[in-house]
Amino acid sequence: MELTLNHYLLVSGLLFAIGFAGVMLRRNIIIIFMCLELMLNAANLSLVAFSRFNVGENGLPNYNAQVLVFFIITVAAAEVAVGLAIIVALYRARQTTHVEDINSLKF
Amino acid sequence: MSPILFWVFALMMLVFGVAVVVNRNPVASALSLVVSFLGLAALFVSLDAFFIGVVQVLVYAGAVMVLFLFIIMLLDLKAEQRRKLNLAAWAGGGLVTLIFVAQLWAVLKRFPLGRQPFPALPPGPHDDVREVGMVLFSTHNLPFQVVGVLILVATIGVVILSKRELK
Repeated sequence: MELTLNHYLLVSGLLFAIGFAGVMLRRNIIIIFMCLELMLNAANLSLVAFSRFNVGENGLPNYNAQVLVFFIITVAAAEVAVGLAIIVALYRARQTTHVEDINSLKF
Repeated sequence: MSPILFWVFALMMLVFGVAVVVNRNPVASALSLVVSFLGLAALFVSLDAFFIGVVQVLVYAGAVMVLFLFIIMLLDLKAEQRRKLNLAAWAGGGLVTLIFVAQLWAVLKRFPLGRQPFPALPPGPHDDVREVGMVLFSTHNLPFQVVGVLILVATIGVVILSKRELK
């Protein structure tokens, strides 16, 4: 059996679903943050698969998609740094990382 | 890459991805995430994206996960004690996830392009890093510099957020 684009897209979609389920089901803010990273990486996998599938005239993959993945990785790294700093500040103020205990903005 | 290796790494990635969600101990979750990202890096390499694969290992499995582990150990998080489950939230989250997977399956079934195998690359070594660098520094030069500003903003923001008293 030969590998096709659908195999990679299916695996990427399943990884996205796992990350999504984690964000919906878990209540620990750090785990939620990790699941966000899983979802970002699922998008990266489908981008790289499309890049490999869509070869240009010179027979090489389309490198625009890989540059986009590079940007996503950079932005995600910056996002992790800021997000974890916010979580530490939140923990200092409330001594909890459980999202159900942080509800002062809730109407 | 042979299909067997693809399935090995894809299963490794998905199984440890599930482990991230189901583990109650945050340290175990973080370590599962590292293994999941290593499987993903192997899939990138299988798609001839060597540069992205190496960056994935360096940035995610290296830098980002060390940051996560530092924060988990700094906050001294214990395994979550069981609480009363919010049944509506679980049912809703599970249902939306199942609908997403069903939708994905339906879309992929009607996508004839996706059933073609990947086209072959020209024989001989191809300079992956050089090609990515050419596109990055010529076509996408301005976004690249904007990302530099973004990282500067993030660095300053983290320093200010981490100060003990916010004025």
